[in-house]
Amino acid sequence: MKQNISLIIDNHKVVVPEGTTILDAAKSIGIVIPTLCHMNLKGTCADNHPASCRVCVVEVKGRRNLAPACSTACTEGMEVKTSSIRVIRARKTVIELMLSDHPNECLTCPKSGKCELQAVTQHLSINETPYAGELSLRKKEMTASIIRNMDKCIYCRRCETMCNVYQTVGALGAVGRGFNTTIAPSFNKNLKDTDCTYCGQCVAVCPVGALTERTYTDQLIDDLENPEKTVIVQTAPAVRVALGEEFGNAPGSIVTGKLVAALKDLGFDYVFDTDFSADATIMEEGSELLERLTKFLNGDKKVPIPLMTSCCPAWVNFYEHNFPDLLNYPSTARSPQQMFGAIAKNYWAEKMNIPREKLVVVSVMPCLAKKFECQRPEFSTNGNPDVDYSITTRELATLIRRANINFETLPHMEFDNPLGESTGAAAIFGSTGGVLEAALRTAYELHTGKTLPKIDFDEVRGMDSLRTATIDFDGFALNVAIAYGLGNARKLMEEIRAGKSKYHVIEVMACPGGCIGGGGQPLHHGDFEVIKARQKAIYEEDKNMPLRKSHENKSIIEMYEKYFGKPLSEKAHALLHTHYSDKTIKY
Amino acid sequence: MEKLCNSVVEKIRAICDKFGNKPGELINILHESQHTVGYLPMEVQAIIAEKLNIPVSRVYGVVTFYAFFTMVPKGKHPVSVCLGTACYVRGSEKILEEFKRTLGIDVGETTEDGRFSLDCLRCVGACGLAPVAMVGEKVYGHLNPADIKKIIKEFSQD
Amino acid sequence: MKISSIEDLKKIREQASVHLKPREQGDHQDSSVCCGLKKGTPKIQILTCGGTGCKASQSHLISENFKKLIAENNLEGKVEVITTGCFGFCEKGPIVKIIPDNTFYTKVKPEDAEEIFKEHIVGGKRVNRLLYVDPKRKTTVSDSKHMDFYRKQVRIALRNCGLIDPEDILEYIGRDGYFALADCLLSRSPKAVIDEIKKSGLRGRGGGGFPTGLKWEIASKNQSKEKYVVCNADEGDPGAFMDRSIMEGDPNSIVEAMAICGYAIGASHGLVYIRAEYPLAVERLKIAIKQARELGLLGKKILGTSFSFDIDIRYGAGAFVCGEETALIHSMEGRRGEPTLKPPFPAESGYNGKPTNVNNVETFANIPIIINKGADWFSSIGSDRSKGTKVFALAGKINNVGLIEVPMGTTLREVIFDIGGGIKGGKQFKAVQTGGPSGGCLTEKHLDTPIDFDTLTAAGSMMGSGGMIVMDEDNCMVSVARFYLDFIVGESCGKCTPCRIGNKRMLEILDKIIAGDGTMQDLEKLKTLAGVIKDTALCGLGQTSPNPVLSTLSNFYDEYVEHVKDKKCRAKQCKALLTYMINPEKCIGCHACAIGCPAGAIEGVARKPHAIIFSKCIKCGMCMSRCKFKAVSVI
Repeated sequence: MKQNISLIIDNHKVVVPEGTTILDAAKSIGIVIPTLCHMNLKGTCADNHPASCRVCVVEVKGRRNLAPACSTACTEGMEVKTSSIRVIRARKTVIELMLSDHPNECLTCPKSGKCELQAVTQHLSINETPYAGELSLRKKEMTASIIRNMDKCIYCRRCETMCNVYQTVGALGAVGRGFNTTIAPSFNKNLKDTDCTYCGQCVAVCPVGALTERTYTDQLIDDLENPEKTVIVQTAPAVRVALGEEFGNAPGSIVTGKLVAALKDLGFDYVFDTDFSADATIMEEGSELLERLTKFLNGDKKVPIPLMTSCCPAWVNFYEHNFPDLLNYPSTARSPQQMFGAIAKNYWAEKMNIPREKLVVVSVMPCLAKKFECQRPEFSTNGNPDVDYSITTRELATLIRRANINFETLPHMEFDNPLGESTGAAAIFGSTGGVLEAALRTAYELHTGKTLPKIDFDEVRGMDSLRTATIDFDGFALNVAIAYGLGNARKLMEEIRAGKSKYHVIEVMACPGGCIGGGGQPLHHGDFEVIKARQKAIYEEDKNMPLRKSHENKSIIEMYEKYFGKPLSEKAHALLHTHYSDKTIKY
Repeated sequence: MEKLCNSVVEKIRAICDKFGNKPGELINILHESQHTVGYLPMEVQAIIAEKLNIPVSRVYGVVTFYAFFTMVPKGKHPVSVCLGTACYVRGSEKILEEFKRTLGIDVGETTEDGRFSLDCLRCVGACGLAPVAMVGEKVYGHLNPADIKKIIKEFSQD
Repeated sequence: MKISSIEDLKKIREQASVHLKPREQGDHQDSSVCCGLKKGTPKIQILTCGGTGCKASQSHLISENFKKLIAENNLEGKVEVITTGCFGFCEKGPIVKIIPDNTFYTKVKPEDAEEIFKEHIVGGKRVNRLLYVDPKRKTTVSDSKHMDFYRKQVRIALRNCGLIDPEDILEYIGRDGYFALADCLLSRSPKAVIDEIKKSGLRGRGGGGFPTGLKWEIASKNQSKEKYVVCNADEGDPGAFMDRSIMEGDPNSIVEAMAICGYAIGASHGLVYIRAEYPLAVERLKIAIKQARELGLLGKKILGTSFSFDIDIRYGAGAFVCGEETALIHSMEGRRGEPTLKPPFPAESGYNGKPTNVNNVETFANIPIIINKGADWFSSIGSDRSKGTKVFALAGKINNVGLIEVPMGTTLREVIFDIGGGIKGGKQFKAVQTGGPSGGCLTEKHLDTPIDFDTLTAAGSMMGSGGMIVMDEDNCMVSVARFYLDFIVGESCGKCTPCRIGNKRMLEILDKIIAGDGTMQDLEKLKTLAGVIKDTALCGLGQTSPNPVLSTLSNFYDEYVEHVKDKKCRAKQCKALLTYMINPEKCIGCHACAIGCPAGAIEGVARKPHAIIFSKCIKCGMCMSRCKFKAVSVI
């Protein structure tokens, strides 16, 4: 049992549990101390507290130096001043120093307006830059997903924590020392030559404009303006529960109808839904699970069990780079984004009689790895990609604002058909545990022929980053594991490698809480409550759907009848499945 | 990049094994590897990372943090000028300048013919001889800028 | 052979004392009579200094030559050569000492061995030209105890340096070595050991001055089964070599002290974090550890008790910041040596997350003798709040460069002018820098300050690990501040903003001032930045990094103002503010300056006065150093 501690902050008496930091204690009475390097997604291992930016320093009576509020625990009887002249002067100087090694290109910086350094600078009303001098030597680089502009780096090391501690990818790390220290891939290589999975968590937590997404908005505008082209869009399930935040709605607001309306206003010819292809994913992946399980139960020792989900493109990159010996475990089903592209440019295009090269498929995703995924060569035909490009939730918000669309007054509109019809099973794809639950709903009913007594699999839901459950699969005890964060996934993979995995199915998503915490989502600024609110909305969305099992989706049924035959058919394999290859980096 | 020969690769692997492939021993492993190869090229770092099961970026982060580690081969005769305080107050800066000028290279560089490389040291520990410079293992004390040409000449023949 | 009791130790001590007694007696008895085989001296010992400084001047060749001569003359039983640790008097090195008459030869060259051997060892006649000449009295002094350099010293931490063979554990035992450990293990409780250290008033010699006993007590109270004792031997201050000398001269004292600490706090693992740049110290430490293991003084069940302890060596790799204990621990874990915020202190969570006690080499060197002689004895030495002695590496513009040990409370004047013999070349004393890059520059007005932890801090400097650099009128204090700041910028780990960017900006401002472009506003900026860095930097090193600038700003403000307003450097060190000139009346046209000029900036025909072309002059001073007629001047 933790004891309570009482202390005085700016003349207010505060009582907090033992171990509380000065920062949190101050916050509890409404005193906000500015921070930059600090970030703690409580409940995940994404905890960055190097106490190195020194912006949050406060005066503690009896201490010789100023103390960083983010990492100094409260002690009994402590007296803290959070805004004495000494403190403000120190904070100002620290920020002035940062600005002296910063390009100060705020006007054209993609992070402008959302930049935490800019916010602190304004908060401290710093109106000039008294210090100037040499700028540290740093690198600029652009990949399919991420732009690194390290000139702007303030060395908070949040990205390093996400990449190493949370994801265990280790693409980025601290390099050099002193003034020229930077965060970079080994040997200062480009990200594309590293184990980077493009999960985008570095971008999601970067307080400044050093790490940003590569935008495709200008290309999109060009295509929308081009009368020769039919431009269609698919939107991922996590987008509709987060986009509202960009327009001042509370986290967890569901804005599906407005989202559709906005996309139509922007000029898309058809507004479709990735949820449709998520249902297709379940048909394929669920069938694959059943196929493998049946063989397994019949004593086939070679069949790769556990089956692992393969919807998350960062996760796919991760195992191709780190577990080339286990590539037969993940499901071969393509991700919903890529299934949608393949369906749109084949099944739908044929139906609509649109030539492939005149059809532009755009996706709106909560994700940066999706940008990389649609550029994979295996997802294109004669150089024409199934999904032309992917934009993030944030980019969409930018487009809406730029097009002068008043989000608040938009009507609620419905997705176009047939690629807009979906079930609640697809809606929950956006949350950790969702893909597995959706698969269970379908696999159970296809396997047993019975109707599920209860649709909600509460045992796989939650926000813990590594969860396990045993499901009664009509008498068979099905062991499942759900992980988010590639560090947790690594643990599960290492168990498989060691032959010690007891699971039959594993779901992996790279980002905190799943796609709802994706690298392309509105910035959470370190507040995990935002992501929890989005999860709540996802399950709300599911509950409100008339149909909640993928195999009940009428358009899906029709598509199989008319085009693919049945799940895992030859045609389905050609268009809806993929293959993996060893992508280990050689030095 | 020049490929390392197999015997060197094996030696690096053996060094890692000797230290139990423990990430905690990274610095000791890097010391021995550098002693073996002369420097720490990318491939050596990649082998160490693989053996220790840690990201290469962590190895590289450590290599670039510590002044002792180098990714560039040193010259046949590494010149080190002591810039410890005792040497500094007795004029080691001028000694360094003179070495730079005579060799035509900056600190951390190697001459084109690979004969000399130039570095600074914090303290040789021969403060009584300040200012001090070392060429290889040989210590030169009580230096004067005028002595530098002579010293370089000593090593220019072999 | 394993030592299993105190009796075993006593036996070894007795055997070793045959060799040691003549050396020990030399420090007390009259030594005016010169010994020699021909005079009937039965046994002679030749001590040669094997420290890094003397080795750099080839002292190992001196030993070799002596050994050859002994062999050639079949005198193996009568004359013995012993390589010891540092004698301290580096200025006069290499040192050779002859026992039993205690003759102290200075600046010995390998070829001098023959003369010493023939004249002194055999003939019984001192080689006068190699004796030390007292600079004040101009007379030769043969015995070190009569030299000013040694007279005021009290050697506790250095008690065995220059006396014993550091590669022979038996000689260490002969000097009561490992008796303290035996005493602790056999007749004291861990708490009693800690109480003794607490009572002694010993404070950490690495710089901070934290009470050692208290540190041990905190670590001992932690209930963890796995704890570590770490010896911080990452001596990073440029120009400081105390720790190195102790490890080279008396490595067993560190081994013994670490074991005592292990016993006191309940740790069975010891780690020495040592600079890879100290190969000799590493070697001697390895030998000491090996020998201690062989004798059962390290390892399982030491002296038959249930206490087990062993020591591993970890290498630094060239990062000053690793002297900071949290950075040191990260480095030992194979990581970047970046400090982390304290708390948690290493005593709670240190190496591999286990409670860890970190002490510096010199601190450890004091431990065995405190146990042997008692806390009261130790605390009777020194000043009010700083007990015992402190070792300093005295260097710079001083006559007697070397390693000294004085009681706390000795004044700077005594150290610089009595022990150090005053300023080199009869120049004017200007400043003394203590505490390395974390310390400050003190002036004339501080000379009578007694040296201890608190007085130095109060004066705007700090004790640091014990570097003491003396400067004269030719040292520009702005440049000195810049030197230290440049060092800090080069060694900053880069983790926290104030140190990473703040010190860089301060360095740039100093560069501007040195280049003659400084403004008075820049001086204000320096003060502001220094204050903020002191107040906000993450680690102890960052917090003290502005000290060299702050102390020179407060003690030598005029010199800064001269650089800024008058564009003048009174020490004639700042190139941009200098002009080299040739006095045509003194120049005989020998052309030496022109030949030496690397910039081709001197013109003139033979036997006619030369002149400097200012536009080409790079102000390297080469002409001045080459001119034999003092015709080149600088203003």
